[in-house]
Amino acid sequence: MQFMLLFSRQGKLRLQKWYVPLSDKEKKKITRELVQTVLARKPKMCSFLEWRDLKIVYKRYASLYFCCAIEDQDNELITLEIIHRYVELLDKYFGSVCELDIIFNFEKAYFILDEFLLGGEVQETSKKNVLKAIEQADLLQEKTENMYHSKSFMGCKKAY
Amino acid sequence: MNATTVVPQLVQILRTLVTTGYSTEHSISGVSDPFLQVQILRLLRILGQNHEESSETMNDLLAQVATNTDTSRNAGNAVLFETVLTIMDIRSATGLRVLAVNILGRFLLNSDKNIRYVALTSLLRMVQSDHSAVQRHRPTVVECLREVDASLSRRALELSLALVNSSNVRAMTQELQSFLESCSPDLRADCASGILLAAERFAPTKRWHIDTILRVLTTAGTHVRDDAVANLTQLIGGAQELHAYSVRRLYSALAEDISQQPLVQVAAWCIGEYGDLLLEGSCEETEPLQVEEEDVLALLEKVLQSHMSLPATRGYALTALMKLSTRLRGDNNRIRQVVSIYGSCLDMELQQRAVEYNTLFRKYDHMRAAILEKMPLVERGGTQDEEIKESKEAQLSEASLVPTEPQASELLDLLDLLDGTSGAAQPPPPLEPSPGDVLVHLLDLPCDLPSASPPPASIPNLRVFEREGLQLNLSFVRPPGTPALLLITITAINTSEADVIHFICQAAVPKSFQLQLQAPSGDTVPAHSGLPVTQLLRILNPNKAPLRLKLRLTYNHFGQSVQEIFEVNNLPMETWQ
Repeated sequence: MQFMLLFSRQGKLRLQKWYVPLSDKEKKKITRELVQTVLARKPKMCSFLEWRDLKIVYKRYASLYFCCAIEDQDNELITLEIIHRYVELLDKYFGSVCELDIIFNFEKAYFILDEFLLGGEVQETSKKNVLKAIEQADLLQEKTENMYHSKSFMGCKKAY
Repeated sequence: MNATTVVPQLVQILRTLVTTGYSTEHSISGVSDPFLQVQILRLLRILGQNHEESSETMNDLLAQVATNTDTSRNAGNAVLFETVLTIMDIRSATGLRVLAVNILGRFLLNSDKNIRYVALTSLLRMVQSDHSAVQRHRPTVVECLREVDASLSRRALELSLALVNSSNVRAMTQELQSFLESCSPDLRADCASGILLAAERFAPTKRWHIDTILRVLTTAGTHVRDDAVANLTQLIGGAQELHAYSVRRLYSALAEDISQQPLVQVAAWCIGEYGDLLLEGSCEETEPLQVEEEDVLALLEKVLQSHMSLPATRGYALTALMKLSTRLRGDNNRIRQVVSIYGSCLDMELQQRAVEYNTLFRKYDHMRAAILEKMPLVERGGTQDEEIKESKEAQLSEASLVPTEPQASELLDLLDLLDGTSGAAQPPPPLEPSPGDVLVHLLDLPCDLPSASPPPASIPNLRVFEREGLQLNLSFVRPPGTPALLLITITAINTSEADVIHFICQAAVPKSFQLQLQAPSGDTVPAHSGLPVTQLLRILNPNKAPLRLKLRLTYNHFGQSVQEIFEVNNLPMETWQ
């Protein structure tokens, strides 16, 4: 996979993950063009389209478009499965995910994506493992926060 | 660790995965860990690509995966698709490849658009290597042409065009033509050129071919490529028995609609060429069509005046009108009128033609019939170099047309035909590489003309004689196909007040050369630069010896008889090297 974009029906970008090195300007240009092309598609059309020299696989979930760009030799159908698996992970984590969850907790969305995909390829095929890893990361975060708030840090707090 | 050790391991892993391994967290809808399966298959594909041994090891496994995977959900289809891709890329057995094609065929029947799209794309890749296997799914592919989704119908179109062969060409063309009528505009051009190409390659009969092209031109005329016109005219020209039929069909089509330029151009050309057949009244293959001369002229004039006609189309119509002046039995006043109107047209090309045709009416009326006779079959090759003509008696000299065509491309091409003579006639340079614009002075000999190569390097003309207003010029041509041959055209022009009569020109060359002197165009060189007399010399110079030429002239001028013998000096080197 070369990149994955999430954008709303109004064309606002919610998430972008790039697996190829591109300058900021190019990224913006690609995003703009692609968003326009995908939003112009009618609802009944098929999920694949050819754009430049890449294949674009997109799927619409509620008000969000999930859009992946894959290379010529990649399998489009399995990319659809990848998108679906990612949505399932988000759903499991947030509990009935909606666009607002992704807007307010975008860093978690990125974490989950990074646990699932690495360098554009699937790295963990087990749903349980991905969610377990995120859980552990969350626990660690809480522990660190508690540490900052605990009595043993009172001394440091005074210095604030 | 190399391919030979890794492949069996991978095969083992995948086998266990497919048959026994099942864990709820890894699987999607009954297919165990499709991501892993797909990745393994991909790796196997890369390893087996040019490697016989590995491919063999994989064969069974691939067959097993292909048959055992549950295809009710997308995950299973994804794995199956990857299997097909792998089979296509490695050195697999034919049975396996047929299995792959069948899987794709099954995909085509799936209700899910995505899967159909994917199947069409892969079949397109396979059509080169496994043509017969893909042919079996032709009906399903043709069904897909009717899709509403543009990307799907585009893929179906490409695949259908790749599947046309001599046995199914009629049925396929039928389908493709109905598609052409209903498809979106951006696909029209591709579809039209695809149909024309297929028709060209596999046409069962000439008549079918003409019909097909006609239909394409009427439905999608504006989207066809430019050389379709040239091809069609060439095709019609070659099918002698179908002249009457084609001209009638084209006339009716033109009468209905003059907006589609390629159709109008071809129709105009045909009407010009075969107008007499159109008026004859009966033809077995179409319904009887009673056409009056006035109708035909009115139609052509309408084309000329219509604002929808391109300049090229107008050129065609004007030339057609001219040709009709010899074919029709009525008087030519109407035609003369039209032609003279266009003599002051703003378009350079039209004006040039109109002026020439005017001159033809006024000064050279006796030659009009000969010039505007039917064209011989022009060989395909499509460039302007194919003006090939021959004459037995008078040759139309280039000089008479030179004042009116500054840009004429003068090409003398040699034909080794029955009389072995060839002359040159210069038409105005055609706008398109089509024979329709050629004013040709010729005989009705069915001839197979060799397609000419690019024009021979031109050798400058030479003025060899001048006396009291009588000038003699030589022009040279070295046809590229025959290196030993040199053609010299002697042109005699008389700028004085009195005619030169009993003009005879003879030539002599050294012994090593072979000389052939053609009959001159006449023996009177009219005064005041009237029509020059021309004569063609053919000189064969197999030894490439330096050319020496002696000319002897005898004529009567100002009441005196003159005899002149002289050697031609300053012959350019290119004439004999």
